[in-house]
Amino acid sequence: MSEINSKFQIPNSRVVENKKIKNKYFKMVIFCPPIAKYALPGQFVSIKIVDNYQPLLRRPFSIHRVQGKNIEILYEVIGKGTEILSRRKTDESIDVIGPLGNGFFYQEIISKFQIPILVSGGIGVAPFVFLAEELFQNSKFKIQNKPLVLLGAKTKNELLCEKDFKRLGCKVEVSTDDGSYGFKGKVTDLLKYLLSTINSQISTIYACGPGPMLKEVIDISKSYSIPTEVSLEGHMACGIGVCLGCVVNTKTGYKRVCKDGPVFKAEELVW
Amino acid sequence: MRVNLSVKIGKLNLKNPVILCSGTFSEELKYFLDFKKIGALVTKTITLKPNLGNPPPRTCETPSGLLNSIGLENPGLDLFLKRDLVKFLKWGVPIIVSITSIDEPEELFILAKELAKIKELKTIEVNLSCPNLRIKKLISQDKDATYNVVKKLRKISSQTLIVKLSPNVTDISEIALAAEKAGADSVSLINTVSAMAVDIQTRKPMLSTVTGGLSGPAIKPIALRAVWQVYQRVKIPIIGMGGIMDAKDAIEFILCGATAVGIGTANFVNPKASLEIIEGIKGYLEANRFKDIKELIGTLKV
Repeated sequence: MSEINSKFQIPNSRVVENKKIKNKYFKMVIFCPPIAKYALPGQFVSIKIVDNYQPLLRRPFSIHRVQGKNIEILYEVIGKGTEILSRRKTDESIDVIGPLGNGFFYQEIISKFQIPILVSGGIGVAPFVFLAEELFQNSKFKIQNKPLVLLGAKTKNELLCEKDFKRLGCKVEVSTDDGSYGFKGKVTDLLKYLLSTINSQISTIYACGPGPMLKEVIDISKSYSIPTEVSLEGHMACGIGVCLGCVVNTKTGYKRVCKDGPVFKAEELVW
Repeated sequence: MRVNLSVKIGKLNLKNPVILCSGTFSEELKYFLDFKKIGALVTKTITLKPNLGNPPPRTCETPSGLLNSIGLENPGLDLFLKRDLVKFLKWGVPIIVSITSIDEPEELFILAKELAKIKELKTIEVNLSCPNLRIKKLISQDKDATYNVVKKLRKISSQTLIVKLSPNVTDISEIALAAEKAGADSVSLINTVSAMAVDIQTRKPMLSTVTGGLSGPAIKPIALRAVWQVYQRVKIPIIGMGGIMDAKDAIEFILCGATAVGIGTANFVNPKASLEIIEGIKGYLEANRFKDIKELIGTLKV
């Protein structure tokens, strides 16, 4: 990690494209070659939304995809910061730091006849397109290892990235809270159901989404003894490990979501 | 034209007046900054024993401000000396070690005694003003307590002694005066402003500890006023801090009487802020034909 971190910098980045995907969800494509070069799935970038102090702090965003010299972020407009971000225009310069944090530990896990499961809730899907793409590019990765992707959304209208995963060749299962598409219920209920019926051996469960969902995923995976990694959110002030603001409790004490995470092994966490 | 940016705080010579504040500097900033270019670095406050800090959530953004309640998470003296300070002292930049006590002031004296043994360390900052501890009254909220603690520290240590003060008092200049009388070489002000924020959806406070300390541009006017008031009463140099985001802010503090300035929350927003501020101060001095930054200190026209 240290080598990559020593290369992170604030490049002269600019907005290539910023468009609405659906509802409150937007995708921004940012030109920033150094980040695109070194980013790993599960890492994030920290963006200064405006030049002034309203909002004051940078905002963290999972790296959604890397395309050549560009990176993409997928975000939900949930507050003032993301609302302003959604109005940023093509060719504007944008202040981005990254890639930050530790990503998913996928390289060590892939072996023959095992499949990884990716479980997302809402905007938690953001880092998984990048992860799925990298999994397919891993030399040890065989076609039999095709990831199973579980996408949870409130309604069909809020479902994200289904096509991206299908295009890659992943098997995709969807749950919606209101039953407007796919399995009716929570994505964790879908996970429970699938684990009870699946024949393949599971290498790892990767999960990203709201805190309560992640806790349920961890409980479920524990009962099947499946290695699990979760990507957490935290109230970050600096995003680079200085302020000790975004900590999460672990077996070895408080750890920083931004620097020691955002991806943690489930067994480390004390929630 | 060459301008002289160097200033003196006690026995500590700074090549420029820009200091990174306690709690906002750590090794991670080296990926953004050449530490050799900074006036001095103040370490995250340490306590005698390791301290876990407060449970999350520990931070919350407020209008132009950052509310925090980290609660002095730190590895304690022993690990700090072995793991951190040894490394910091090799960076070629003055290091200021920030210390405090959580329960008994006695811990502070032990810390000062241990740090006094380290010859390479020239300066300590005593943080008498962390608002995020579960104690009723801070030492820096009482002029007699401040006097007594600083007096005792002065006897223990001949290192340059900086006393960090709280704005959460009726008259900060009285406390600063008590610190000066007790032998402090400098006062740094302000620590964060006691504050809170509320989430109406959950009807809960935004921080686990309910109240926290506010920093950032929101508190700059309070900090400027405090520096100005203290400057009227004490002769020792003042390190001014509180919401400094750019060179213009820093110059405002210097005009109000600060000999040096502390950059805190700005490091989180722009990790290179301190370098830009040093350049900006230099540019201002040149543009206004000052040869030496000392000509500017406390020259506010009132």
